[in-house]
Amino acid sequence: MSAVHFHNVTLGYDRHPAVHHLNGEVASGALVAVIGPNGAGKSTLLRGIVGILKPLDGSIHLGGLDSRDIAYLPQSAEIDRSFPISVYDFVGTGLWRGTGLFGGIGKAAREKILRAIASVGLNGFENRPIGTLSGGQMQRVLFARVLLQDARLIVLDEPFNAIDSKTTTDLLALVKHWHGEGRTVLAALHDMEMVRSHFSETLVLARGPVAWGPTAEVLTPENLMVAMRMCEAFDDSATACAGDDGHSQAA
Amino acid sequence: MLYDALIGPFAEFEFMRRALAAVIALSLAGAPIGVFLMLRRMSLVGDAMAHAILPGAAVGFLLSGLNLFAMTAGGLIAGFAVAILAGVVARSTGLKEDASLATFYLASLALGVTIVSIKGTNIDLLHVLFGNILAMDDQTLLVVAFNATVTLLVLAVIYRPLVIESVDPLFLRTVSRAGGPAHLAFLALVVINLVNGFQALGTLLAVGLMILPAGIARFWSRDLTVMICIAVVAAAVSGYAGLVVSFQTRVPSGPAIILVASGLYIVSVLFGRVGGVVRQLFPGRHLEA
Repeated sequence: MSAVHFHNVTLGYDRHPAVHHLNGEVASGALVAVIGPNGAGKSTLLRGIVGILKPLDGSIHLGGLDSRDIAYLPQSAEIDRSFPISVYDFVGTGLWRGTGLFGGIGKAAREKILRAIASVGLNGFENRPIGTLSGGQMQRVLFARVLLQDARLIVLDEPFNAIDSKTTTDLLALVKHWHGEGRTVLAALHDMEMVRSHFSETLVLARGPVAWGPTAEVLTPENLMVAMRMCEAFDDSATACAGDDGHSQAA
Repeated sequence: MLYDALIGPFAEFEFMRRALAAVIALSLAGAPIGVFLMLRRMSLVGDAMAHAILPGAAVGFLLSGLNLFAMTAGGLIAGFAVAILAGVVARSTGLKEDASLATFYLASLALGVTIVSIKGTNIDLLHVLFGNILAMDDQTLLVVAFNATVTLLVLAVIYRPLVIESVDPLFLRTVSRAGGPAHLAFLALVVINLVNGFQALGTLLAVGLMILPAGIARFWSRDLTVMICIAVVAAAVSGYAGLVVSFQTRVPSGPAIILVASGLYIVSVLFGRVGGVVRQLFPGRHLEA
C-alpha cells in the first residue's frame, strides 16, 4: 500500500520545471529522506505533495489521504513572530482538524496541548509569546504543532537547518517516534551522516530523480556527483518539453 | 461641580445620551477590527478604504439623506469596487498593490467630494467629511447598533481563521480553506465599520476610532484578548471624554473624540508597559534569569 504515488510528476514555476518527470511511490509508513543540492527541487516536491503547488504535468496520488491527514513543516515558515500569541495557543492550532472554526478545546484537548509542549522539551514556556523564542525553541514549537496534528503523512522541509545538535537530537527522536507509530514521514535534509544512520530510504533529487531506494544503495559518491553537477539556472529560451514518455531527464 | 461637568450633560440632554450610546457601539465593534488591522499591518489600508468608500456613501447620502442603510450599501459597493480594481490592476500589471490602491482611493475621494459638492451644500460636505455625532436620530442609532452587532457576530465566526491567518498563513492554507473567505469577510467588516463611523466622525476620522485605540492597546499588553479589551475601553473612554470636551468647549465632537484618543496614544507611547519610551530608557536593573 502506498501513501504517496507520483505519476510522471513535473512541478515548477512559470512553466519552468523545478522537478522533472518524477515517477515512483512512497510506501505507507516509510521514513524517506529527500536530499540534493540547493535548487534541486526538494522544497518544490514537498510543496507539491502537500498540495500548495499544483503539478504542471502528471499527478500525485495520496492513497485516500486528504489534505487534513498531512502535516507540513515548511522550510522558511512565513510566521509573523510579532503577533501576540502564546506558545500554548500557537501549538493548539495544531488541533484544527478536530476543532475547526468553533469546536471547543476541552479538558482532554488542553492536556494534549500541554503534553505536546512537554514532549518537545518546552515545559514552562506555555505562556511565552512566540516572539520571545529563539530559533531552536521556535522549531520545537513547530514540531509540537505537527505532533498535535496527528497526521498520517508528515512532510518536513529541512527541519534541522540552523538548529544546534541538542535540539536536532531531540527532534530527530520525535521523527523516529512518528515512524515507529506507522506514520509516513518525508524529510528534506542536507546532513548525509544523519540520513545514513537514521533514514532507511532516500531519494536523491537534482531537478529530476537521480536515484531512489534503500539509503545504503542510493547514497553513493557517483549519485551525489551527478546531483552536484545539476544545472541550477532556468533557461529562458527553453522550448516546451517533449519528454512526456515518462523518462527522467535532468533539465 | 464635577457632576455638572461629567454627568450633567448626559442627564440633561437626550442628544448627548444618544451620542454616548452611538460612540460606545462604535467602540465595541470598531476597536477589535482596528486591532486586527494593526496586527495585519493594514492600518493604512483602513485609511485608504475610508477614502475609497466616500463616493458610494455620498451617492447613498444624496439619494436618501442621512440614511445609514443607503450609505452602508453605497459604501460597501464602492469599497469593494476599489479593493477589487486595485487588486486586479496590481496582479495584471506588476504595479505594487499599495501604489495601485493609492491611485484608486485618491480618484475615489475626489469623485466623492465632487458628487457631494455638485448635488449638496457645503454643510452636507462638512457633514460627510467630519460627521456630526450630536445629530443622531433614533433610526440612525439603531442602524449603528445593528452594524456593531453584526460586526461582533461575524468576527466571532471568523476569529480563529483570522488569527491563524495573521500568524501563519501557510499553515492555515494546508489545513483549511477558510483563510480566503475569512480575509474577505474581514475586509467587509472594515468597510461596514468605516461607514458606521461616518455619522459620528465623518469619512476622514472614522478610521481613527479603530486604529488609535489599537495603537494604544499595543503599548499595554502582549496578549491578543487583553489587547482587544483595552482597545475597546480606550475607544469608549475617548468617545465619552471627547463628547464632554466638545460639550464644554464647542470643539466639534468628531475632532474632540479623536484628539482625546491621540492624547491617550501619546501617554501610552511614553509610559506604556510594553515598549513604552520611558520603560525603554529606564528599564531597571537586568534580571537574574
